[in-house]
Amino acid sequence: MLGRDAIRQQRRDERKTRHGNKLDLSSTPKDTLPYPHRLNFYTVPPKDEVSLEEFEQWAIDRLRVLGEIETCLFRNSTPQETDATLRKLLDKYLPLNSNLSIPESERSNPRRFQGLTNERKRDHYSHFILRLAFARTEDLRRRFTMTEGILFKHRFMTDNTVERAEFMDSLDLNSEAVSDAEKGQLAEELKAVLVSGSKMPAEKARQLFEQEQYLKVEWDRVSDLVESRKVFLRRGYAYVPNSMLLSLVMAEFSKRLDESLIKTARYLPRLDEDDRLIPILNHLSKGFTAPEYTTTTTSLTGEAITAAQIDTLSAHFPLCMKNLHSAVRRDKHLRHFGRLQYGLFLKALGLSIDEALLFWRTAFSKFTDEQFNKEYRYNIRHSYGLQGAGRNYKPLSCQQILMDHPPGSGDNHGCPYRHFSFENLTVAMGRLLGVEERGVVMGVKMDVEAKKYHLACNRVFEHLHEKELKKKEGGARETITHPNEYFDRSWGLKNPKKEVKDEDVAME
Amino acid sequence: MAPHKTSPDDDGDDSMQDVDAMQVDSVDADQKTAIKDELEHMFDDDLDDESMVDASNTYKAGSGKASTTVISDILSASPSDPEVMLQFYSRLFPWRQLFRWLNHSELPSTDFANREFAFTLHNEAYLRYQCYPTFETLRRDVLKLNPSRFEIGPVYSARPRDRKQLPKGSFKPIEKELVFDIDLTDYDEIRTCCSKTKICIKCWQFVTMAIKVVDIALRDDFGFQHIMWVYSGRRGAHAWVCDKKARKLDDGKRRAIAAYFEVVKGGSQSGKKVNLDRPLHPHIRRSYDILKDDFKINILENQDPFQTERQAERLLQLLPDRQLNEALREKWDSTIERPSSDKWKDIDALASSGASKTIIPKVLLEHKQDIILEYTYPRLDAEVSKHLNHLLKSPFVVHPGTGKVCVPIDISKLEEFNPDDVPTVMQLLKEIDQWANIAKKEEDGDNSTPKVSDIDKTSLKPYHDLFSRFVQKLLNAEKSTFAEKAGATEKSVKIKTEGVDF
Repeated sequence: MLGRDAIRQQRRDERKTRHGNKLDLSSTPKDTLPYPHRLNFYTVPPKDEVSLEEFEQWAIDRLRVLGEIETCLFRNSTPQETDATLRKLLDKYLPLNSNLSIPESERSNPRRFQGLTNERKRDHYSHFILRLAFARTEDLRRRFTMTEGILFKHRFMTDNTVERAEFMDSLDLNSEAVSDAEKGQLAEELKAVLVSGSKMPAEKARQLFEQEQYLKVEWDRVSDLVESRKVFLRRGYAYVPNSMLLSLVMAEFSKRLDESLIKTARYLPRLDEDDRLIPILNHLSKGFTAPEYTTTTTSLTGEAITAAQIDTLSAHFPLCMKNLHSAVRRDKHLRHFGRLQYGLFLKALGLSIDEALLFWRTAFSKFTDEQFNKEYRYNIRHSYGLQGAGRNYKPLSCQQILMDHPPGSGDNHGCPYRHFSFENLTVAMGRLLGVEERGVVMGVKMDVEAKKYHLACNRVFEHLHEKELKKKEGGARETITHPNEYFDRSWGLKNPKKEVKDEDVAME
Repeated sequence: MAPHKTSPDDDGDDSMQDVDAMQVDSVDADQKTAIKDELEHMFDDDLDDESMVDASNTYKAGSGKASTTVISDILSASPSDPEVMLQFYSRLFPWRQLFRWLNHSELPSTDFANREFAFTLHNEAYLRYQCYPTFETLRRDVLKLNPSRFEIGPVYSARPRDRKQLPKGSFKPIEKELVFDIDLTDYDEIRTCCSKTKICIKCWQFVTMAIKVVDIALRDDFGFQHIMWVYSGRRGAHAWVCDKKARKLDDGKRRAIAAYFEVVKGGSQSGKKVNLDRPLHPHIRRSYDILKDDFKINILENQDPFQTERQAERLLQLLPDRQLNEALREKWDSTIERPSSDKWKDIDALASSGASKTIIPKVLLEHKQDIILEYTYPRLDAEVSKHLNHLLKSPFVVHPGTGKVCVPIDISKLEEFNPDDVPTVMQLLKEIDQWANIAKKEEDGDNSTPKVSDIDKTSLKPYHDLFSRFVQKLLNAEKSTFAEKAGATEKSVKIKTEGVDF
């Protein structure tokens, strides 16, 4: 308990140094205001008291926004769509107006800032309250950092340039400006990176490059730009054009938030004594559940399925799983991520570990028992949580299949709509699903070109279940975002409200 | 999220069984003597390579097995024979250099002591989370367990052996070299000379090209200096980037580097696998400039990848213009099995002869560049590089299938490296044996000649010297960064005062 007083004292001291002398009226409001900028890097925790009602309400409002961001991610929305959604939601729940909303003549009067200060305070406090709610597990922390990052990015982009520049100055980003001489020396390389992919005419490219200014930072501070080769690298330094500073700021934002969340998690046990806050915090973190696929494993038939039924059940598989199924039948083998994607899908269908081992053993017929036991048995048992870390892995969602581990040569996993060339996709749709109608194929092409892979998949689903869907007119057509959801709905439509037993499946 | 594989190859000759928790009794029992030993050696400055590698003689008392065997008796055995391996570990493996390499200083530190070693035993059991305070204890255990090979993992926040006694979350990997894995199986769809585990000097050129491109990018783009390339024993190579900064990279940053090198994209159904924006990124541009000449010789001439009708059709699929393709198809139909070099020249020849009215020269050029990269640009096993806690086979281990030693590759003589020249463990043991015979004849009872270490008697010596020089350079660099640290502390204190938590 000794430590706690020390921490309080430290906070008090810090607050003094940071907010300084609030009574000094001689300086401009910007120096004395608690929140001079619209944007906040959330480095200083709040100190003032709030009522329990405010505590909960502010947190819930922010949670609504974060929840919606996660839904957008999940639906694979474009940045434009996400921005539109966010704009509406933020106006309602978490408004944050610019200093420019106050007429210039009145900006010297601190009282005029009261409204803005209240908005910013809500933003500040709600952020820190949610930190408490989401610091406890790694998964929650990861999702919190991700959604908060997107929220920050949205605000950063909508900030006006003057205020943004002021805010940037207030951060210490540890970068070095590139001199004109150096810029001239590296002109060819820098220009190539700057205009790459834009197809702009040479003259315009030259102008753009001339206007651009560069910062030099150690490459790992902008690793996302390195990852996508959007910056020029030389001897460990990345040359970041001013127009890409966002990436630098975002990396810093996530890094600091990650670190603070881990520290917060360490302090959490001390909160246990507070029986007013804990129920609220628990409730909050439960409200932040991802739209994850959850099913009891035996939802379909009431009984577990067997290895022998998979061939017939595959009539209800989405294209990605169909493709893996046909690959394993063709090659008598699947590589690691293929086994993972397909194996977890089958597991969620209700395939028990014994049946799974039987399925893979018979499928990998080109291997001897000894090879199979040596190379694959562990892996399969691992995915059922029976080996190694003992985790019960969930089936991969469309989001994970689209984003994680893009397939390399010899791989069959991934999302065909995304990872196949259009020609191969057309062939696969025809061969594996029997989809050849021109209208559907062209529709899929359109979706794929717009990077709406899940829409392409849903389009095919609707085409394949046209008859059944018509009968069931009235029910909203929800977008499928999980391979197992695809299967469940396909199964449900083809076998309407009928208690199905194993025999029925086998006879189909 | 996904159950990560920990062994380097996916489906190759690797295996993993769950013996993670399995404790080999002898290891624990040996602990006491090990500690005593460690203390003795901590002050033993005189211990040098010579006395180390030659320790098979002094080791007689400890392990009867190792010493009583006469080399010539086992020369007919298979390279993975336990007896052969034991001889190799006791007489030829560069233990002391391995220690210096991983320890980054002469004095035993946690860099070495908290490092994970994982052994694959001859019964295929896989023993993870082993760790050792010094190379002597590591060597002792290797001679005891006699693994068919062993791998090196990350340095952890505590001793890997103690992980079960530690509170959850406090045992985690903190650093490991940045590693790359090039394996010819990833080239199977474009190499024509060999397949699967087979390899020849023609397809080895894929590895040579990959090393050239990756090595220069790691140095010039990322600023790394301590890069060691190691032959993986059969059909590939590993890179160990040992700079301090590289060792400390987290998974996100490792992923960024892996993606930076990902140019050939897509699975078996992806069609054209290189689709780059123009102008090319300077890294790709440089790689292209390096590779375009190699393409002519290594690919068009030696691999001849467009020779058959089916292969030529694949080439046509990668080209942009339908009319040009028709003209090419017609020409090739009449000259069956026309060599790839000629077919490649035909593309430009027909394009400039006006065979197609729709062709755009710039688009054709870009597609040709993409094709060159598709056939030459490195195909790295990215998963190996992405994870801090991925294990990788140690240098100087013997590949159990080929018997070849995983020797470092001299990057200044990269083009000369031929996997066929890499000594096998049997050959090395034979060399020791022959040396003894010659020496006996010459000496004829004269004891005054200085003792020669076993490594110096064999063709492993140049590789060993290469490794030693590499390690020495690394150690020198570590020393100077250590000195810099004193100046840097001021800065870090400043940062720490920020951000007290809510």
